[in-house]
Amino acid sequence: MIDLDGVGRTFVVRRRRPGRLRRESRAVEAVRDLSFHVSPGEFVGYLGPNGAGKSTTIKMLIGILTPTSGRIRVAGLDPSRRRTTLARNLGVVFGQRTTLWWDLPLKDSFELTRLLYKVDRERFRRRLDELCERLDLGGFIDTPVRQLSLGQRVRGDIAAALLHDPPVLVLDEPTIGLDVVSKAAVRAFLREVNAERGTTVLLTTHDLGDIERLCRRVMLIDHGRLAFDGTVDELRASVPEESSIEDVVARIYLSGGVRPPMAAGGTG
Amino acid sequence: MIANARVYLLLVATWMRAAAQYPGSLALLTLGSFVVNALDIAAIWIIFAHTPELAGFTLPEVMFLYGTAGVSFALADMFAGNTDKIGSYIRSGAFDTMMIRPASPFLQVAADRFSPQRFGRVGQAAVVLAIALPRLGIDWSRAWMIPVMIVSGFVIFVAIWTIAGAAQFLLTDAPEVANAFTYGGGQLTQYPLSVYGGELVRAVTFIVPLAFVNWQPGLYVLDREDPLGLPYALRFASPAAALIMALLAALAWRAGLRRYRSTGS
Repeated sequence: MIDLDGVGRTFVVRRRRPGRLRRESRAVEAVRDLSFHVSPGEFVGYLGPNGAGKSTTIKMLIGILTPTSGRIRVAGLDPSRRRTTLARNLGVVFGQRTTLWWDLPLKDSFELTRLLYKVDRERFRRRLDELCERLDLGGFIDTPVRQLSLGQRVRGDIAAALLHDPPVLVLDEPTIGLDVVSKAAVRAFLREVNAERGTTVLLTTHDLGDIERLCRRVMLIDHGRLAFDGTVDELRASVPEESSIEDVVARIYLSGGVRPPMAAGGTG
Repeated sequence: MIANARVYLLLVATWMRAAAQYPGSLALLTLGSFVVNALDIAAIWIIFAHTPELAGFTLPEVMFLYGTAGVSFALADMFAGNTDKIGSYIRSGAFDTMMIRPASPFLQVAADRFSPQRFGRVGQAAVVLAIALPRLGIDWSRAWMIPVMIVSGFVIFVAIWTIAGAAQFLLTDAPEVANAFTYGGGQLTQYPLSVYGGELVRAVTFIVPLAFVNWQPGLYVLDREDPLGLPYALRFASPAAALIMALLAALAWRAGLRRYRSTGS
């Protein structure tokens, strides 16, 4: 469902040194020689410290960024060249920013989504009823998105991403900033979607609770390279002297040595 | 093409509905836009109160040139004017969310927060054109050129906006450079180009083809000599200039999109 083969992405970072007129350019490799394969129906967690290349990978998968090298296929399509076609087969949720229309009521955002994704009216109504019930959207569906609480907004975003019933769902930090109850609701829902519809899910997070409760498989990226790929149990077993998964992940992040300072722009 | 028109109209309709929830504010903004632009034409009247001719052109002729360029510019502004904000969409990350929808991000930016007040300027320019036309005393067999020049002018302005928008993928903080060509171009074409220096006229004929918005085809409609003596055939070149600009704009947009870097998070 998701295939990466030797994918790299370089950003040219320009920096002005004080006292010098010319800016110097430096190439930063956000992702280098990254290869992995995700099969249909998998639920994969994608971990990595800040600046490791997680978001860059996600953005290449959904067609926002063009890779500098290598080959990507998502649902059989080259994302950057077939972005619009891919969009119909893909649900995307950014926890840190909404994909809904900020000034419009949630309901209008859903209706626009229906029209843009060309979802049949009857199918849409059934799907929306189901999503409203499962994600408990009923109480705020007429409220403009900007007035929603974070938990409500994320639930609205997840519903919008699934209205067209995509085979692949990509979530970039969907539980960031959510309280315990909202987090549990979102996790339970994602698990159901994956189990019942066989939706392939790729999720990035800094919350290891997400990983332990949701993901059968974990991939860990560091310095733009894949540092680990296996099950949660294998991850835990990889550092036998550590007990909690937090400690295991911290150990792997730290063993990567001292990271270069975060470059501005696009390496998050 | 039809699918794109559908997406654009759909987004415009949604935003108009949102704006219509505040009818008082909408009416005032539309009226305000009409009045502010009407001050432009007051400036032209003041000039003609002191001189019977401007660079050899009478008041109705100047109003004709103003009106045709104004309608083209206002329609282009209504359709694509919002693309000069692409830099801020990129910086806020809103552009990312447009890229994940199955619709052209260009159309999504163009239609974003569409407000019916954008009709105000079109109305004002159309009124000026309607006042000028019966006073021109032109040969009406040449009037076919008027819709041709308005459409060509619209395409040229949209293309300039698009190229300016595409440039913001590389220079996210430089909308002012873009405004020099879009709004600057709109201002420049309000007067007969012969009031400006010959070098400038050549530049806006052959580099940024603003002369094809209203000046060259306008000379044909008004049956005037070209004060700069440029070839007669240029009067019919507006559709060709519009087509070339549209192609350049499409290439620039695609190149810009491939260089898109998104934001840090």
